[in-house]
Amino acid sequence: MLGKLSFSAIPLDVPILVGTFLGVAVIGLAVLGAVTYYGKWGYLWRDWLTTVDHKRLAVMYVILAIVMLFRGFADAIMMRTQLALAYKGNPGYLPPHHYDQVFSAHGTIMIFFMAMAFMTGLMNLVVPLQIGARDVAFPFLNSLSFYMTLVGALLINISLFIGEFAQCGWLVYPPLSEMQFSPGVGVDYYIWAVQISGVGTLLTGVNFFTTIVKMRAPGMGWMQMPVFTWTAFCTTVLILVSFPVLTVTLALLSLDRYLGMHFFTNDAGGNVMLYLSMIWTWGHPEVYILVIPAFGVFSEVTATFSQKPLFGYKTMVYATCSIMVLSFVVWVHHFFTMGAGANVNTFFGIMTMIIAVPTGVKIFNWLFTMYKGRVEFTAPMHWTLGFMITFSIGGMTGVMMAMPAADWILHNSLFLIAHFHNVIIGGVYFGYIAGMGFWFPKAFGFKLNEAWGKRAFWCWFVGFYLAFVPLYVLGLEGMTRRMNHYDNPDWYPWMLVAEVGAIVIALGIVCQLTQLYVSIRDRNLPENLDLTGDPWNGRTLEWSISSPPPAYNFAVIPDIHGLDTFHTEKQLGLKAHGKPLAPIHMPKNTSAGVFIGLFSFILGFASIWYIWWLAAIGLIGIVATMILRSANRDVDYYVPVSEIEHNEEVYSRRIAATQAAE
Amino acid sequence: MAQAHTAHDSSHGSYSAYLIGFVLAVILTVASFAAVMAHALSPGMALAAVTVLAVVQIVVHLVFFLHLNTSSEQSWNLMCFIFAAASVIVIIGGTVFIMHDTAINMMSR
Repeated sequence: MLGKLSFSAIPLDVPILVGTFLGVAVIGLAVLGAVTYYGKWGYLWRDWLTTVDHKRLAVMYVILAIVMLFRGFADAIMMRTQLALAYKGNPGYLPPHHYDQVFSAHGTIMIFFMAMAFMTGLMNLVVPLQIGARDVAFPFLNSLSFYMTLVGALLINISLFIGEFAQCGWLVYPPLSEMQFSPGVGVDYYIWAVQISGVGTLLTGVNFFTTIVKMRAPGMGWMQMPVFTWTAFCTTVLILVSFPVLTVTLALLSLDRYLGMHFFTNDAGGNVMLYLSMIWTWGHPEVYILVIPAFGVFSEVTATFSQKPLFGYKTMVYATCSIMVLSFVVWVHHFFTMGAGANVNTFFGIMTMIIAVPTGVKIFNWLFTMYKGRVEFTAPMHWTLGFMITFSIGGMTGVMMAMPAADWILHNSLFLIAHFHNVIIGGVYFGYIAGMGFWFPKAFGFKLNEAWGKRAFWCWFVGFYLAFVPLYVLGLEGMTRRMNHYDNPDWYPWMLVAEVGAIVIALGIVCQLTQLYVSIRDRNLPENLDLTGDPWNGRTLEWSISSPPPAYNFAVIPDIHGLDTFHTEKQLGLKAHGKPLAPIHMPKNTSAGVFIGLFSFILGFASIWYIWWLAAIGLIGIVATMILRSANRDVDYYVPVSEIEHNEEVYSRRIAATQAAE
Repeated sequence: MAQAHTAHDSSHGSYSAYLIGFVLAVILTVASFAAVMAHALSPGMALAAVTVLAVVQIVVHLVFFLHLNTSSEQSWNLMCFIFAAASVIVIIGGTVFIMHDTAINMMSR
């Protein structure tokens, strides 16, 4: 009846997990209680959970990403602490079974549920606003994508308290992840969480590709598109090509596990190496999916805070596109040691080194944008400068490892760990936080606190170097990744330094939380309010409307005559368009996404535990909800002109008040 | 969204275009069968001939039956097709290249 599920699946014998569960339960009950106490359930359901508004979905994505950042960081500091203790006679506090789950969950969560969710959130908030659109091309799919991502995140976190998580790393390489060596439910949790959220990501890719191709404001040709939109476009292309590969690879692995097939097993003609090749065919483009939008953020931030147009817009676009294409022909550099011959390794090694060229072009573009600009050292600009230094170092160690001969020494060592954290923290994370600071006023109508933002930056920046430079050294000294215990006295001091680094990063996260708290507390102070909708003297269309924007974004779709039209018109003192208002066609909110998410959760959870009748219910529920949603014709409405006029008048009165105050 | 709906009235081809496509398809199919059944070619040559004929067959179907061409209303379809074809070539071709080389190098075959 309940498949593999029984009471013994609940890890009551692991005190860390029991404590975590109590903590999560207390916080969860407190949040639910607060929502009930203030009577906000109706508001939450109507205005947020069932919304199809890209701006609100963006906020929910970023909240999910921040919660997942806590989870992923908790895993990280647990690993560092284990390695600071587990030297010589001391076994540390995490037994191997638990430690292996921790490092697997850390990677999976940080990539799929922190970085991907954050990236999708930023794209959701900014892309429609930058191209002058009123929503994305498929608003309901957008809501569905969010719930798919959320369900994946829930499944992976439930594995903490019911059963176990995978113990074979964040990409669950076979044969370790096959039934023979991982008979538990850990790998199944991984497969279902990643598959379900992968559907969401693929739909997001389709959605934003269509939005950018079809819904740009009149006059906005490809070469008038803001750089962030360009980078978002390249990311959607990468998603469209690579995520189906991930789906197929994991589907083959599940056939091995569930139906006893032999795609990747050791015996019966399976080929373990094929899994490596396939998973990295997705995996390498994946890291570019994450970092390319971050490049877009840095471009917007640098241009805005240097008070100059971006240096070399066209080269930036061409560099982004070349990185997009090149990222598809480099995947072997993740497994040079697999045993391929010199032809394969040389080709992929050279291709990898070539990627450094367009990336270098970008770095110089940002530097020249700042050159002779009036740079304002705001918190987003701090993250950007920190990125340029950190990412350059990470890029150089990447080129080192692109040499197959060097990679044979460095493969799977802590040098590799230091390298990819160097580019992912220094590139992706710094970029997303810069983007969050930059666009926060657009989403909420008030700015984030600058002082706490800068403190957070310095903690992260210093903490990063303290935590990861030791790993470079350790890697060169021969320490491999995923070690649970060691007895080499040369490694011990470096491990202690890395632990200090992790603690400094923890302080950075505390500063970020304080920043959010202080900003919300002081949101009504005049210096924090964003009444004009253009707090940074911005260049692109999202700054031409009020903050937060109305549901329909643009009362009148703007006409575009070049790059940074909004900024040019602002400088020339041109007034608003004066076009007549017309009723605006908008999508209605829908609960279909919530229910499909719920049934997907049931399907995933039941399949993990082999509860097949429940899985059938989940599957039928998904299909039935889809059919009901498709049959519903009442999916849209018109915003009346009177309401638009009212909103526009409030907005222009606020602008006038600000100008009078100045 | 109103903007998402675009007019979709691309041409569905003329009678003569379908006829030409049909005749070409028949010729190519017959030629494929002939290449194998006549036993005039060596097995390797026959395989090559059938492969080439199959690729030409795909192009004929695309052009005459699926109306894929370089006109402006078909440009996105054409681009998507080229994009998909290129991705498949890179992914499958690359995987075959890697796995074949590995198998030879590791002497597993």
